[in-house]
Amino acid sequence: MAAAFDPSGRLPDLFTNAGTSSFSAFLSQAAPELLPGRRPLPPGMATDLTPHATTIIAIAAAGGVVLAGDRRATMGNLIAQRDIEKVYPADAYSLVGMAGAAGIGIELIRLFRVELEHYEKIEGAMLSLDGKANRLAAMVRGNLGAAMQGLAVVPLFAGFDLAATDPAKAGRIFSFDVTGGPYEEVGYDAVGSGSLFAKSALKKRFRYGLSVDDAVRLAVEALYDAADDDTATGGPDLTRRIYPVVMSATAEGTHRLTEAETAAIAESVVAGRMENPGG
Amino acid sequence: MAMQFYASPEQIMRDRSELARKGIARGRSAVVLSYAGGVLFVAENLSSALHKVGEIYDRIGFAAVGRYNEFENLRRAGVRMADLNGLSYDRRDVTGRALANAFAQTLGAIFTEQSKPFEVEICVAQVGATAAEDELYRLTYDGSVNDEPGRMAMGGQTEAIAAVLKSNHRPDMSLGDAVKVAVQALGSVGGEGGAARAIAADQLEVAILDRGRVGRTFRRVTGAALTALLDDGEATAASAEASTEAADSTDAAERPDS
Repeated sequence: MAAAFDPSGRLPDLFTNAGTSSFSAFLSQAAPELLPGRRPLPPGMATDLTPHATTIIAIAAAGGVVLAGDRRATMGNLIAQRDIEKVYPADAYSLVGMAGAAGIGIELIRLFRVELEHYEKIEGAMLSLDGKANRLAAMVRGNLGAAMQGLAVVPLFAGFDLAATDPAKAGRIFSFDVTGGPYEEVGYDAVGSGSLFAKSALKKRFRYGLSVDDAVRLAVEALYDAADDDTATGGPDLTRRIYPVVMSATAEGTHRLTEAETAAIAESVVAGRMENPGG
Repeated sequence: MAMQFYASPEQIMRDRSELARKGIARGRSAVVLSYAGGVLFVAENLSSALHKVGEIYDRIGFAAVGRYNEFENLRRAGVRMADLNGLSYDRRDVTGRALANAFAQTLGAIFTEQSKPFEVEICVAQVGATAAEDELYRLTYDGSVNDEPGRMAMGGQTEAIAAVLKSNHRPDMSLGDAVKVAVQALGSVGGEGGAARAIAADQLEVAILDRGRVGRTFRRVTGAALTALLDDGEATAASAEASTEAADSTDAAERPDS
């Protein structure tokens, strides 16, 4: 690793100076090659190099927020992976998912999670929800060069705002584009190739003040609708038992629904569509 | 012209050691010990904002006595090193031993190269699957490292504190008992005429590395949870769970290795 020790054996000044509380700012000096946006790419389009991760949905509920993602990654017309996971807890109270170039997206999320944890450990306090969204925007912007060569990553960030005065509005959603952001969304949002269909479904069915459980069900329904019309989005795979990843962030922290829970919801959604394919 | 006096290297090292020892002994002490449920840090600290105990990584904690700016500097370096290694390799590849080594090299280099050594004493603790697998490293101002057997005291009058710890500490203690032993040990010195004294809850900084957790195990024990522990060692775990720092309250199982 680049950030080794100097000959005296002590940690370099870079490690010990007061400097910054941001891990990516530290990395940019200690090991810039670990930052996704800092690698020079050879010219030309690189779109086909990496699988593309698809649809992520966020829904604000009363007292929290739900983030759900399908499990498919595609390369052109092929399915690259059936059980990829694209939704993660970013820290104790926030969730992040991504669509786009899978390799870069996974790396970006990994770095973002370390970034939040690092700040928390150095400063002894968590970043505000807006602070987290701004950091993520800066990291997405750092990838702009690669995005212009076809390796775009667009995350979706949602979390429980501990500073919110009204607990009913504590669940907040932020979207991004390849040039950064963040753009705060009201109610719901989706990213990825199936987002058009998911958002159309949500437009008709979303209501303010949904319970977290209802929002979870709605998210799985919307993912079904996305998979119904977008070949790059995977629906619930009942034969292989691969179901969407669904997470929530509430005052109690982040929570991932167990496999059994998502299986039950997905099976019930599929059973409903047996009678009425349009939902 | 000023006359340059010769000072032997031995004399220089002795002077530096003396300076560091005096500086460390002036401050308030801290103890670290293994108990059944993890590793306990207890430091006497009047400030609730400037911490002597901190989180480094998933299963690694840090405690220090001496000059705040100097050990805070090392703690930041430790967090940066741990996060960098964890990102480059895997979270499991960050170890207390590697951190203790880096701190030892740094303290050793500062001790020999700089005119003033760091006036700090540090503990790097890593919680294991059982109390026998816990690792406690004591690092002193000159860069020496010691692997301590499940308990240690740092700061001033440590012999007396360590003696109390040695006679009362067992690795299979509950959290409540462990906190009581730690506070009793810290309070065994510094009273009127060398007598024991009572230390109030608001003068204590208490944190644990929770053995049972997956992911980040470090939690601070503050407020009502701490008072409950001090008042009644047995009514422990439940209330401690309830009011430790919200920031650390994620269910660790939901934080897959990243």
